[in-house]
Amino acid sequence: MKRLRSLLITWEALLVVLLLISIGVGATRSPYFLSGFNFYALTSNIMEIAIMALPMTLIIIAGEIDLSVASTLGLTSVVLGLLWSRGYPMWLAIGVALLIGIVAGCLNGFLVTKLALPSLVVTIGTLALYRGLAYVVLGDQAVSSFPSAFTNFGFGTIGSSEIPWSGLIFAILLILFVVVLHFSRLGRQLYAIGNNKEAARFSGINVSRVKLLLFILSGGIAALAGVIFTARFSSARPDNAVGFELVVVTVVLLGGVNIFGGRGSLLGVALAIFIVAILQNVLGLLNISGDIQSLAIGLLLILSVLGPNVARRIQVVITRRRLVAGSS
Amino acid sequence: MAKPADPIIELRGIAKQFGGVQALRGVDIRLFPGEVQALVGENGAGKSTLVKILAGIHKPDAGVMKMGGELVELRSPTQAQALGIAVVYQEPMLFPDLNIAENIFMGRHPRDRFGRVNWKRMYREVDQLLESLDVALSSRTPVQGLSVAEQQMVEIAKALSLQARVLVLDEPTAALSSHEVEELFAIVKQLRERGVAILFVSHRLEEVFRIADRVTVFRDGTHIITAPISEINTEEMIKHMVGRELSRLFPKGEAEIGEVALEVRHLTRAGVFADVNFQLRRGEILGFAGLVGAGRTEVARVLFGIDRAEGGEIWLKGKKVRIRSPQEAMDYGIAYVPEDRHLQGLVMNFSIATNITLPILQKVSRLGLVDPRKEQKIAAEHSRQLSIRSTGVEQLVNALSGGNQQKVVLSKWLATNPSVLILDEPTRGIDVGAKAEVHRIISDLAARGLAIILISSELPEVLAMADQVLVLHEGRVTGAFARSEATQERVMFAATGQDR
Repeated sequence: MKRLRSLLITWEALLVVLLLISIGVGATRSPYFLSGFNFYALTSNIMEIAIMALPMTLIIIAGEIDLSVASTLGLTSVVLGLLWSRGYPMWLAIGVALLIGIVAGCLNGFLVTKLALPSLVVTIGTLALYRGLAYVVLGDQAVSSFPSAFTNFGFGTIGSSEIPWSGLIFAILLILFVVVLHFSRLGRQLYAIGNNKEAARFSGINVSRVKLLLFILSGGIAALAGVIFTARFSSARPDNAVGFELVVVTVVLLGGVNIFGGRGSLLGVALAIFIVAILQNVLGLLNISGDIQSLAIGLLLILSVLGPNVARRIQVVITRRRLVAGSS
Repeated sequence: MAKPADPIIELRGIAKQFGGVQALRGVDIRLFPGEVQALVGENGAGKSTLVKILAGIHKPDAGVMKMGGELVELRSPTQAQALGIAVVYQEPMLFPDLNIAENIFMGRHPRDRFGRVNWKRMYREVDQLLESLDVALSSRTPVQGLSVAEQQMVEIAKALSLQARVLVLDEPTAALSSHEVEELFAIVKQLRERGVAILFVSHRLEEVFRIADRVTVFRDGTHIITAPISEINTEEMIKHMVGRELSRLFPKGEAEIGEVALEVRHLTRAGVFADVNFQLRRGEILGFAGLVGAGRTEVARVLFGIDRAEGGEIWLKGKKVRIRSPQEAMDYGIAYVPEDRHLQGLVMNFSIATNITLPILQKVSRLGLVDPRKEQKIAAEHSRQLSIRSTGVEQLVNALSGGNQQKVVLSKWLATNPSVLILDEPTRGIDVGAKAEVHRIISDLAARGLAIILISSELPEVLAMADQVLVLHEGRVTGAFARSEATQERVMFAATGQDR
């Protein structure tokens, strides 16, 4: 009973309720919401964000942030497009795009760990830098003539199901990240670093190396998201995914990850991804404009920073009351 | 010197408790106009607490304070300032980006009749003030770039501009060169002539004899003696500072002394410590004595690979080694229990088990994955060995008492199976019972053949536990004693930089 009650007031449990409510709202507000095609639409729409949210979760838990992910996505997208349009084979174009993402992550990691600069500032800088590079690479044009095998991967589904291929990639990555964060040595070290960097260092953890690794991972995954995005829209443009970093950070924080590091779970983030996906989808179905949608995301971001903190405080108060009641 | 009958400030029965620690147990102190009174005592004697009470930072739990015969109560630093009490700390607290005049008049800039800041008047007044103190600085000099000594002068000038009648100097000379100390003393003497009452807190006894009119000794939060400086000598003063019983401490048991485990030759880190030499054998406890800031922790940090040494050699089991990271130190069998449990020792919202296994995750993992059963087993074993009192190894460490937290840190490092164990203030902030238990554990570890470095600011602890004692003073070894030679007086002499 006691365990049940403490389960009920976890942030994840709250997210499940929120998810059910948003499904309920969607179903009653729009006749199309529960259709199979709509499931496909709302899933494939969020997958790039979902994939990038995985390394972002690890980075924020370790007490840092990477705001350059959407720009990295844009940069790798145009590199991919440029190489393909110049006649290079697709596998090579994808390979180079992924490499560019890793290099971009490397630069972030280097600036944060070797020069000891705050990641918030570093990645705001590279947010502008990588996006600028994307414009330098491709100018104002777009590459849109991709081979059909590539675009089919972008908007096709697995067999006769309504699951997009990107959904499969996300599922595999999610499992890998859950194993790393919640069951591996590295995951334990991440929580230690996020909670107490000094104690982690005094325990023999190479804090800089772990952080460098995280930023490289984040860059590589952002590049992967860039490949998926390019395939889905069959378009490589320098302004691809502008502003996505905000949504990525929003889902991670809404998922209950503490902005100051050290706390959070991928279960919460996974739930938050679908809540945000449904929110965007419902607003779209109701023909609500993009401006209002970004307003909603902004509000959600603030609420998600506030929410878990308030929830924890309430939990503390409840525990304290119980202790007082128990002692009297 | 003729002393007027009435003190400027009088404190009686001042007591202050922090958590379970009684920092001050009802002390009396009186400051007269035109006197320099020195306040001396060991680490933890209660000097800083008294300074902070005078500064209005801490409120005493008991006792009264009178100024000019009237009862006063200090509720805030602002109020202390308004009553004419000024405190100059070892590290001055100025705004580095502002100039001297702006710092001195911070929050009370002179205004003209339109409410604008009267810069001209401000600079003129500050220049006059600096001139009267014989300080060759312009009021427009930015504070950034001033030496610590010059910053202290600015603090003192600020105190004067506030019409301070009581000036507290908290370890003002610790960061000064000998020439700068002279300049500071010249100003102190000048202030004394102006009738300011000065409380001079210092570790350096020779300075106390040079500048003070009277001296007050604190020990363990109690007032021991206040005497005119002419009626006391260094030996007596030190005796008053350390005179404590040794019996209630747990002495080191018998241990077989084995081969040399660690040898350090001419170890130097520029500006921090220089030319440190010692040999440590298995089963032996080497005590590092000295005052706070003497460089003991800094030596330990180098041995554990957190900081680098610029010169000197470290030999482990007869092999010369270079230690570049904590990981490497651990690989060499060195473990370091840091001085700050909360900041460096523990992840407070991790469980006992996850804290204990943090340095040995490799040992409890397979293919990179943590094996929870193995982790629990190792943690439970160590937890039992040191009898950590908890509801189980899954309990979060922030719910444990200080003593039990310290035992978790110890377990964490014992789990690495070290051959050299460095303990930095292992009994700080834990109660007497837990202290005795930690002492027993240290003694057992030595008996098991560990080579142990014990850094402690509690002299009796070092003397009771250590086979040899190394004394540091301002980064230099000023004394090395075998157990039989080490007495409180000798160690204290070396620790305060006295030559004998």
